[in-house]
Amino acid sequence: MRKNMVVVEGSYAVAHAVKVCKPNVISAYPITPQTHIVEDLAQFHADGEMNCEYMNVESEFSAISALIGASAAGARTYSSTTSQGLALMHEALFNSSGMRLPIVMTVVNRALSAPINIWNDQQDSISQRDTGWIQLYAEDVQESADMTPQLYKLAEDEDVLLPAMSCMDGFILSHVYEPVILLEQSLTDEFLPSYDPEFVLDTRNPMSFGAFADPSTYTEFRYKQEKAMGVALKKIEEIAHEFKDIYGRYYGGLIDGYVLDDAEIVIMAMGSVIGTIKDTIDELRSEGESVGLLKVRSFRPFPKEAIRKALKNAKIVITLDKNISIGKNEGALCTEVKACLYNTDNRVPVIGFMLGHGGRDIPMQMIKKIINKAKLVEKGIFIESEYADLREDLA
Amino acid sequence: MSLLKPGHRGCAGCGDALAGKFVLDALGEDVIVVSPTGCLEVFTTPYPESAWGVPWIHSLFENAAAVASGIEAALKSLGRKNNTKIVAIGGDGATLDIGLQAISGAFERGHDFTYICVDNEAYMNTGIQRSGATPLYASTTTSPAGKISSGNPLYKKNMPAIIAAHGSPYVATASIAYAPDMKKKVKKAAEIKGPTYVHVHAPCSTGWKFDGSKTIEVGKLAVETALWPLYEMENGEITAVRKIRNRKPVEEYLKVQGRFKHLFTMAGENPQIKKIQEIADRNVKQFGLE
Repeated sequence: MRKNMVVVEGSYAVAHAVKVCKPNVISAYPITPQTHIVEDLAQFHADGEMNCEYMNVESEFSAISALIGASAAGARTYSSTTSQGLALMHEALFNSSGMRLPIVMTVVNRALSAPINIWNDQQDSISQRDTGWIQLYAEDVQESADMTPQLYKLAEDEDVLLPAMSCMDGFILSHVYEPVILLEQSLTDEFLPSYDPEFVLDTRNPMSFGAFADPSTYTEFRYKQEKAMGVALKKIEEIAHEFKDIYGRYYGGLIDGYVLDDAEIVIMAMGSVIGTIKDTIDELRSEGESVGLLKVRSFRPFPKEAIRKALKNAKIVITLDKNISIGKNEGALCTEVKACLYNTDNRVPVIGFMLGHGGRDIPMQMIKKIINKAKLVEKGIFIESEYADLREDLA
Repeated sequence: MSLLKPGHRGCAGCGDALAGKFVLDALGEDVIVVSPTGCLEVFTTPYPESAWGVPWIHSLFENAAAVASGIEAALKSLGRKNNTKIVAIGGDGATLDIGLQAISGAFERGHDFTYICVDNEAYMNTGIQRSGATPLYASTTTSPAGKISSGNPLYKKNMPAIIAAHGSPYVATASIAYAPDMKKKVKKAAEIKGPTYVHVHAPCSTGWKFDGSKTIEVGKLAVETALWPLYEMENGEITAVRKIRNRKPVEEYLKVQGRFKHLFTMAGENPQIKKIQEIADRNVKQFGLE
């Protein structure tokens, strides 16, 4: 397998993955740090390597809006964005999900303004949690690339029909050069069927999209989106295994464990910090510490059952969040994990740490410090949730 | 039967409904319609019903031009464009105000589509609030006439000129009161390759406060007083205008509408009406209407 590896930028690996998925319409608007993806796609298009329409639009709002039209007309569609751009799309995110349009978009995670900051955290996509989009978070570049055909297959499934975000950490993944296998066209053709939707804007068979629903019908539209998320919960696992069968790579479906089964202390996180946690765990394990990792790959749909099962034997749960709900002093993963355990018998303490906001580095030492702080619960000192990496001189 | 089916929830005498019907009369079945949020969208598609006999999509208030351009791109990419026309039909708020940026982008990109603004000169769907298309001194719910106000203090935005400045090959004004002229222009706009624009004046009996049986009469008066000049522009040049014989003073148009009734309560010559007359006079000069 190693002989197929090339060293490329993360954005290139993702753009290449998009290319082999053969989208019909791509809309592009520049914003750091996602720009390299749409630049690479523009070059593929300019070199005649892609048979698609590439639209340079005048804002992220039009980027997503153009895809709404294109998807309703039956096209496979793609765009990528981040941070302010994703926030600008907010209204259209609800709209595209409500219209059940399987748009796939890479979100290169970045902090939100103010203060303006171009570096990584996950406040942007977490803030779109309730828009009805599927959200998967990638651990490394290979997973970011591989997630693309997985998400097309998932989103376009006739029992799902929901838009999907592939979330990758800005700069840490988008701008890093690392060895990856670029997705083979032949394998992708085998894995991903062509898109042939039942409901399209077609003058031979007129349909109305986006009608006005009054109180007598509105609720059922939402209910059906929620039901589709339930289907996605099963399909994410299935599709991850189908991907493994064809490409030979697997990252977990909804979640993944790392030396998890016997771990007394379980760290939960999403995205590129997973790699740092794994290295830290390796060190601590060699020192005899009982620490494991529970990686959350799917944030929407949220894998409640899988998480409950995975935390069965845990004595302490630590959640790491690159986001904050301002006014609640905790990140979204912390809130969600606590909520999903509340109606069970499992009363394991869940301790939330927020860190890495606005691109602040997360060294292994920080993970060790967090674990030591969480262990204070054994001495009766319970930290509910706090920033792990505050600069005392500025705070 | 019309492709915009009867039984929708438009008000009696609705100018928007006539505009929608005339557009489909002109273009036939091979058309995909995009509607931004507004009266036409709301009253034609109360789920599970739809009045549209052609493929139709509503996404949001400000993005009809972007949605239309995405449809055009998709049809091209999928090899389904053929002769299919893509038409966005938006109200004045969706066009002159909130959707202007998306329209600018779509016209700059040069998509093969037609944008039709159905202009009833205020946000009627939300209850007659002023828009960038509301004429000078019209009383609306957010620019009401009052003890120290004569109504909307601002001039109507010149949207056709903005579109023409984008290099559109065809820009026209029309009125629902002149149906054959409007249909001819809509058809021409759709047949010309590239992004084209028709701005349709569509009186609203509810918002302008006149009897629903008078929609066509009021529309005609706007043209006959030169407050709504009818013209065509091709590649930025005026190529046709509808001449006015026996032009009427603007009072005849203003006095039949409740939104201007405050202009007729003072004695003697009214400076506001004089200003509105000046707009008409300028139109006559600019477009050579007489």
